[in-house]
Amino acid sequence: MASTHIYSAYDDDLKFLSRRISEMGGLAEQMVAESVRALVNGDTALAQKVISDDVILDHTEREIGDKAIVTIARRQPMAADLREIMGSIRIAADLERVGDLGKNTAKRVIAVQSTGVPRKLARGLEHLSELALVQLKEVLDVYTTRAADKASAIRERDNEIDAMYTSLFRELLTYMMEDPRNITSCTHLLFCAKNIERIGDHATNIAETIYYMATGAQPEGDRPKDDSANTVGAVTE
Amino acid sequence: MNMLTEAAVEKALDQKMSTVPYKMIGQDVSVYYGEKRALFDVNLNIRENTVTALIGPSGCGKSTFLRSLNRMNDTIDGCRVAGKITLDGDDIYDPDIDVVELRARVGMVFQKPNPFPKTIYENVSYGPRIHGLAKSKADLDQIVETSLQRAGLWNEVKDRVHESGTGLSGGQQQRLCIARAVAVSPEVILMDEPCSALDPIATAKVEELIHELRENYTIVIVTHSMQQAARVSQRTAMFHLGNLVEENDTDKMFTNPDDPRTQDYIMGRFG
Repeated sequence: MASTHIYSAYDDDLKFLSRRISEMGGLAEQMVAESVRALVNGDTALAQKVISDDVILDHTEREIGDKAIVTIARRQPMAADLREIMGSIRIAADLERVGDLGKNTAKRVIAVQSTGVPRKLARGLEHLSELALVQLKEVLDVYTTRAADKASAIRERDNEIDAMYTSLFRELLTYMMEDPRNITSCTHLLFCAKNIERIGDHATNIAETIYYMATGAQPEGDRPKDDSANTVGAVTE
Repeated sequence: MNMLTEAAVEKALDQKMSTVPYKMIGQDVSVYYGEKRALFDVNLNIRENTVTALIGPSGCGKSTFLRSLNRMNDTIDGCRVAGKITLDGDDIYDPDIDVVELRARVGMVFQKPNPFPKTIYENVSYGPRIHGLAKSKADLDQIVETSLQRAGLWNEVKDRVHESGTGLSGGQQQRLCIARAVAVSPEVILMDEPCSALDPIATAKVEELIHELRENYTIVIVTHSMQQAARVSQRTAMFHLGNLVEENDTDKMFTNPDDPRTQDYIMGRFG
């Protein structure tokens, strides 16, 4: 931000919000990476850590909400400041959901552990989570720099994740058809894949929020979306 | 889908705003106080039945512009206005214009409530009497009652209209001044920081009143409170160092202004 407020305490309030968002982002990123690692390696201790980290993430989100409300009441923010504060609330909500999705994956580790994850599927999941994590990391970098043009680039790339998810979906179906004993673990893995795909969506939401914070305009056009997984297996004539 | 329809509604509203006709047109308005130039070629039009807020730091020229709209600047020695200001297409600085009649059509409410040291009734009836707007005592009574009602003061003072206007509270006095302005059936009402001497409750009442008056009058208000401008106006104009920096729909002005100077001013920043 080029200029500072006449009230320096106002700047401190806004800095508090952006610092907390960055902290939440770092933690959410870590939780997602660890949940997938716990899943692939059958590491229940690591899964447990992810589940307990979610408490911290929830707490920080509430802290951001409280601070935002107090700042609005005390400072009556206008224009870019108002967008900054509203954006913080929205981004915090998205990051909290990212944490929940990581936690959900971690909870499935125990169920999947007994059968283990076939190596090919594990690689697919890892690849999917790498893509989602790159999106998340980049969007958090953009949050720090407020580069609106980069925010829209992130939004453009979400369909890579969607395409990867669709191919994983097909693969899981094949495993289940090969041997019905795979169904339990494959269903859990399907949810895990969906969780990771949803993380990409939240990263896209955040990119859109940052774009709005920086420019005051909503990003134009529809989100690119490859959601062909919705129609996999549908009978076509 | 939802976003599409909302965008359509917003666009329709914008178009509606842009089709509101102009009541007053200011063209290249410059004002000089002796050697000192206070306004630089301001082009600002005032839309009919709209509240237009003028904002900007002290000394930016917003009050000067306001006062040039009903030639209040004429009363200041050495003040000179250049450019053109019209009311319904007529040049208000035309030598043939009757300034007294102009000020009846373009009324004014000042920063500090300034009732005459007379009764409430006389405060409101004075204008209509000297302008010959009432044919009879009953007529005049009616004008006084209607004006006080329009100013939201009638219920509070109806039993004591023959008591002194200066005995009212600050907020009531300001609403009395608005009743006095309304009594001569003006078309435009200029308000120069009408709430700066009032407490928040009295301020809210005056703001509510401005909102209601908009139906029948065109209002231009100078205010130092950005929140007030955001609350009461549909259009906002930002002045800085004697220049008009930006004029925009109020919603746009306070969420995403075009000019960085507006941005810094409304956000309380210094560049």
